[in-house]
Parts: sequence; C-alpha cells; structure tokens
Amino acid sequence: MSDFDHTTKGLKVLRTGVRITIQDLGRFGYAGHGLSQGGAMDLQAHCWANRLLNNPVNQPTLEITIGMASFCAECDLMLAITGADMQAELDGEPIGNWRSFAMRRGQILRFKPAEKGMRAYLATKSGFQAAPVLGSCSTVERNRLGTVLREGDVLSAQACDHEAAAHVPAKYVPDYPDAIELRVIESYQAVQFSSDELAKFYQEDYRVTPDSDRMGVRLEGGPITPPSGGVISEGIALGAIQIPPDGQPIILLNDRQTLGGYPKLGVVARVDLPKLCQARPATRIRFAPISIEHARQEWSEFCDYFSI
Amino acid sequence: MMGMKVNWTPVSETSLMLYFGDEIDVKQAPLIGEVARRIKAEYQEVCEVTASYTSILVQVHSPRIKLEEFGDGLLDMISRSVIAEKSEGKLIELPVYYHSDVGPDLEMVARSNGLTVAEVIAIHAGRDYTVCAIGFAPGFAFLADVDARIATPRHERPRAKVVTGSVGIADRQTAVYPMDTPGGWQLIGRCPEPLYNPDQVPLSPFGVGDRVRFVPVERADYIERGGHV
Repeated sequence: MSDFDHTTKGLKVLRTGVRITIQDLGRFGYAGHGLSQGGAMDLQAHCWANRLLNNPVNQPTLEITIGMASFCAECDLMLAITGADMQAELDGEPIGNWRSFAMRRGQILRFKPAEKGMRAYLATKSGFQAAPVLGSCSTVERNRLGTVLREGDVLSAQACDHEAAAHVPAKYVPDYPDAIELRVIESYQAVQFSSDELAKFYQEDYRVTPDSDRMGVRLEGGPITPPSGGVISEGIALGAIQIPPDGQPIILLNDRQTLGGYPKLGVVARVDLPKLCQARPATRIRFAPISIEHARQEWSEFCDYFSI
Repeated sequence: MMGMKVNWTPVSETSLMLYFGDEIDVKQAPLIGEVARRIKAEYQEVCEVTASYTSILVQVHSPRIKLEEFGDGLLDMISRSVIAEKSEGKLIELPVYYHSDVGPDLEMVARSNGLTVAEVIAIHAGRDYTVCAIGFAPGFAFLADVDARIATPRHERPRAKVVTGSVGIADRQTAVYPMDTPGGWQLIGRCPEPLYNPDQVPLSPFGVGDRVRFVPVERADYIERGGHV
C-alpha cells in the first residue's frame, strides 16, 4: 500500500512506531459496495491540526497510533500536532502539543509513547500530497485503500516559509481521562430490549478491552441480554452500539463493516466519539441517554465550527 | 409502488433507516435496489446509501437537514415512484471452475447432502440468484436463494484466509469472495473474474436486486481467464 516516489521532498518517516496511516474526513458514497468510510478516528484532533495551519478541514493528516514514531524534514515545513500527547521533541527539545511549529530541513521530530490517549495527528501546511482514491486519502487497511506508512517513506509536502506558531486555546484542549461518559441516541432495536436490560446498560461500568481497533471498540462489563429473535442484516451507522450474544457491547467505528445482524441499542453521539477513540484499554465507560435533537444540535455546532 | 409497506425511523444525527417489511423476501430485492439507486442519484444531500435485505440506511451530509421532513419526503418519493412490481436487476454471468482443487469443501457439501459432486454443481449453477445485500467486504454480494438440496451451514471455525474468487455456500446463501479475507463459508469452486477493483468504475459489478448466474467452466478455460489453481 506504500507507493511513494522516493525523489519527492517533504517529511521522511524514520520510525513508524505501532502504526501511522494517512487519514482525512473519510470516504463517502461507497458503503453500497461494502467499503468502510475510514477517516480520522479523532475528528476533533484532526480538525484542530488543520485549523492551526489554516488548512481546509479535509486535508490529510497522519494518524499516529500509540507513538514511538520519528520523522526527518527534507525541506522547511510548518507542522501542527494534536491529539494524544506523545511528548514530541524537535532535535531533542520538547515542543508541546495542540500547536503548530516550524521544522527546519534536517531536523528530527520524535514522538514518545502516549501517556494519555491513543492517537496523535500531524498536519502540514497545505496538506501532505497524497493521491486520493475514490475521493479520499483515508486509509482503510481491510479495504486495501490508502497508505500505511513504512520506514523510509517520504511524504511529499510543500516547503514553506515559517509562520508564527499557533496553539489551541487551553479551554478547548481535551483531557483524555481514564473514565468517560458517552451519550447514546437510542435507535435501531432499542425498543426491543427489555426495560431492565436497558436500565442495566446505563448503570453498568464498562471497560475498554485491548482487542479494540479502528473497526470498533469492544467493551467488557455486566452483560446485557439482547432481544431474542435476531436481526436481519442492515446498514450500520458510525458509533452504533451492537450487543452480540455474549452481551458485551461493541461500538462500531470508522473502519466498521457496512452491514451487521446483531441487535443494536442505538448510536453514540458524534461529538462524543473523539474521546472514545482516544480511550485506552481499561478506560471506564458509562453511558447516558441523549435526545437525537440535542445530539444533532451539538454535532451541528461542531460542523459549523470546523466548516465541515 | 403498490402494495409496499415502507416506514422510516431515525438512527443517528444524520441517518435514518427505511424498512420494507420485517421478513426476508428475495422478490423484494430489485425494488429495494431501485429505491436505493434513486435516492443516491436524486438527493444531493445524501452521502451514503446502504441497501440490505429489508432496509436501506440513508446518511445525509449535514446535521442541518431535518430528518423528520427528509424521511417523510423519501416515503413520498417512494409512494409516487412508478417502479414496476416485476422489475429485475441486470443479469451478471460469472464463470466458475467447480473442483476440489479450488473448492476444498465441494466433496463435503456433496457427501453431507447425499449427492454426487456433479449434482451439486448442476444444482448450484442451475438457477439464477438475486443480490440481496452487499457488505462484509468490498464487493461481497449475498446471493439468494440456494436450493435447499445443497444448503450447508458455515464452518464452525472460519478459515483464516479464503482466497479471492472463492465461491461459497452458507445455508441458503451463496457468494463469491472478492478479496482474500477470513471466512467460514463452504467453498465449492472459484471464479476467475475480478469482483473488486478500487481503480475502476464501478468498483464491483453488483447492485442490490441484480441477478447472478454461475456458468461452470473447465480448468483450461478458468486458467485462460486468469484463474489460479
């Protein structure tokens, strides 16, 4: 999946750490063919990274999972980092997070393992020059689309004069705590769950399990008995909460399969997905109901703010 | 569309589900497929349409769109549309090399159903199937109905890798794996034609409601068409 022209100039990958993929807002219009939407898992961090550089919000960013990645600049660049704090250093000097910074040709950018959160986003002024496929640069490994970066890859980026660094105002910088609440729009088969099971779902403390990935976050806690009778396979929306026969909820995310036949309680509010996507294994999760109108209003404000 | 009971229900901030009844009816697939194509073609505010056996998930771009009005508008469009009751999707013919070299479960499917391998092949290739849903993997079309005489349950433990082109049976459904994936279906042959290519339009030949006919081919023909053994 890595097909770079090694004569281009830009940002060279020295170490990939666990995984680095190219992501944008996602690939839409192909679910009918079975393609996953992909896109940045933490949309809030992705959007801020672009905003710090005055980029359009759909410019591709690098999604750095867990950390331990390093890069070398082959020309002068303006970059921005957001998301999980991986204590980035430029030639050994800490540079902070949720901010833009200049990186001069020859400098080395290093990320340590994230202490909080799962994913950091690295943007460059004018965006990395990745070729879109089907309207998007997003990487979905299970669909063999996009790019999982390898050591030695050079991300073509536009050399640019240095600008004043910008940072995200402190009040907008999210913390990624080890206990979070997710608000749920009840839909799909919610009315088929017994009221006792639904009540249990909202009272229970769940934990994120390690076998969570871009397809979905698997939780562990008091099992919820799904309604009997099964569900005819149907389209799965982003954030859908699926209850398989073992009663342990799975929240389906960007690289989810397009169809599924397990009962679903509803979907997690879009504006709450960034904190879920940053939740590390063992993070405690509680659920609370939200009306669809309230959730729509908050998502609408998010979209307006970032011009989505 | 006479005689079709359709309703819609909100799913998320930006998506809703159209339900076309609560029982699988293969004859309904062409209608659902046609409605899905119309929604995609005629509504600019729609970014994603996922049709399945009895439903269509519709996602709009913007949370500023009021789902109440939009959902009612879709029902209105469906009720006004003249979609022939007997409409059929396009016919797609797929060559298949049925052999245990490429279909490791062919003999088991025959044995467990008390048939010869030749009978299994004749029955599998002896009827047209309807695309009822597309999902699981890109271009993976769920085809129904498989003749009850060769219906065979999935493997209890899925294979870690099913090779691209493999033709499988799971109960009364059949499908061709468009790419290497894990999978639990009973494999009886292989199709040499590529069924998922992100670099071409359309990405895959299938749409919900289309019909698929499997045409048995000999080994030499299969290899000539690009198949591997």
